[in-house]
Amino acid sequence: MSSISFSAEKATAAPTRVIQPAWVRIVHWINAVAMVLMIMSGWQIYNASPLFNFTFSPMITLGGWLGGGIMWHLAAMWLLVANGLVYLVTGLATGRFRRKLLPITATGVIDDTRAALTGKLSHDDLTKYNNVQKLLYAGIIVVGILIVLSGLSIWKPVQFQYLTALFGGYDFARYVHFAMMALIVAFLVVHVALALLVPKSLRAMIIGR
Amino acid sequence: MISRFRSLIIPGVDKKLLVKDAAKLMPDLSRRRFIASGASLGALTLLTGCDVSDSLSADKMLAQISKFNDAVQAAIFNPNALAPTYSEKDIKRPFPFNGFYSEDEAPEIDGNDWKLEVSGLVQNKKSWTLAELHKLPEVSQITRHICVEGWSAIGSWQGTPLRDFLTLVGADTKAKYVWFRCAEDYTSPLDMPTALHPQTQMTFKFDNKILPRAYGFPMKIRVPTKLGFKNPKYVVSMEVTNDYKGGYWEDMGYNSFSGS
Repeated sequence: MSSISFSAEKATAAPTRVIQPAWVRIVHWINAVAMVLMIMSGWQIYNASPLFNFTFSPMITLGGWLGGGIMWHLAAMWLLVANGLVYLVTGLATGRFRRKLLPITATGVIDDTRAALTGKLSHDDLTKYNNVQKLLYAGIIVVGILIVLSGLSIWKPVQFQYLTALFGGYDFARYVHFAMMALIVAFLVVHVALALLVPKSLRAMIIGR
Repeated sequence: MISRFRSLIIPGVDKKLLVKDAAKLMPDLSRRRFIASGASLGALTLLTGCDVSDSLSADKMLAQISKFNDAVQAAIFNPNALAPTYSEKDIKRPFPFNGFYSEDEAPEIDGNDWKLEVSGLVQNKKSWTLAELHKLPEVSQITRHICVEGWSAIGSWQGTPLRDFLTLVGADTKAKYVWFRCAEDYTSPLDMPTALHPQTQMTFKFDNKILPRAYGFPMKIRVPTKLGFKNPKYVVSMEVTNDYKGGYWEDMGYNSFSGS
């Protein structure tokens, strides 16, 4: 009895429109795993020759020592890059990027930021991104591309020396790579916090609607 | 002495002490789990609670991917791509000493007694004295030394191209590796395409002065297309071989090709 009423209720209450298509969900969660592996092993590598006056606690690094960190980093990079390419190609080919992320206007970003800070920003329609979301999601794609390219220029400063030169040389490319990591971590903190504040967005990324 | 060196897996950091220190910071239960799971997977093991056998299979998978990465790097290695060169003013002074031991523990070699042993797939297996090697034509390079740890330093090295020496001794350049052994038992294999790269050098001088002890007297192999640990110092023998004989850091898990 109760199960019948439950499914009936679900049928009327649940939106029928798919918010996150299956390919987005699959790519998103693979990326989440790859990203965490890359960041934690990257911190391990950073600790061997820190750029700044701090190191990352061994509690949050991956690999146990420099060699282990490098092994993880250069293994997970394949997952990150392959998955990232699928995302970029599919996002461009299906028109999802254009539809979801454009246009972004300066006034739109300012208005939506103000609305968000005063608690007036609506999350009623999860299929439409506000201007702040558009800016952050488009921005993090650019950051993702830059972290891979700066990483390649650190890994292969002779074979890909023109790329390394583009990032200001080997030593500077390390700072670029670090800065992009910092941006991704900052994005992650906000992204996860907001997903928890608006649980239906998290549900949409798991079951699609 | 050597066994003491081997316990120092992280340069300057004792791995066991490090694990002990980290474990002290943890609550009792997680401390026990952390130690049981080994340090190789670090926080990931801690989060997932996987046991030792899982970490072993992860290590196996990582070793496989590292081998795959060797093949990828060999494929993208361009024998004609030269490492960028720099000018005198870019040279790092003093150039950093680096090793798995401290500077005063570095091998101290008498150049008069020292001989370079040449073996394996070569026609002429004679040993070379330092005086004989110093007579070989000298080339110079100012290139960037990049350490596996991430730091880099520009240095100036003089010596004879390894590929010319390999031709001179009638080496089989179709062989897969040139394998180096050093005075302190450090070893490292170099793939033949890299050994034949025009900038790969048997180095006898740093900054136009005979190599000081810190930089590998009497001979180091300078390979500007590889990470620093693939540039052996205090070299006592080279063997041309088709067998992969491993190396000091390579056996501990550093990627074997480690090309830059």
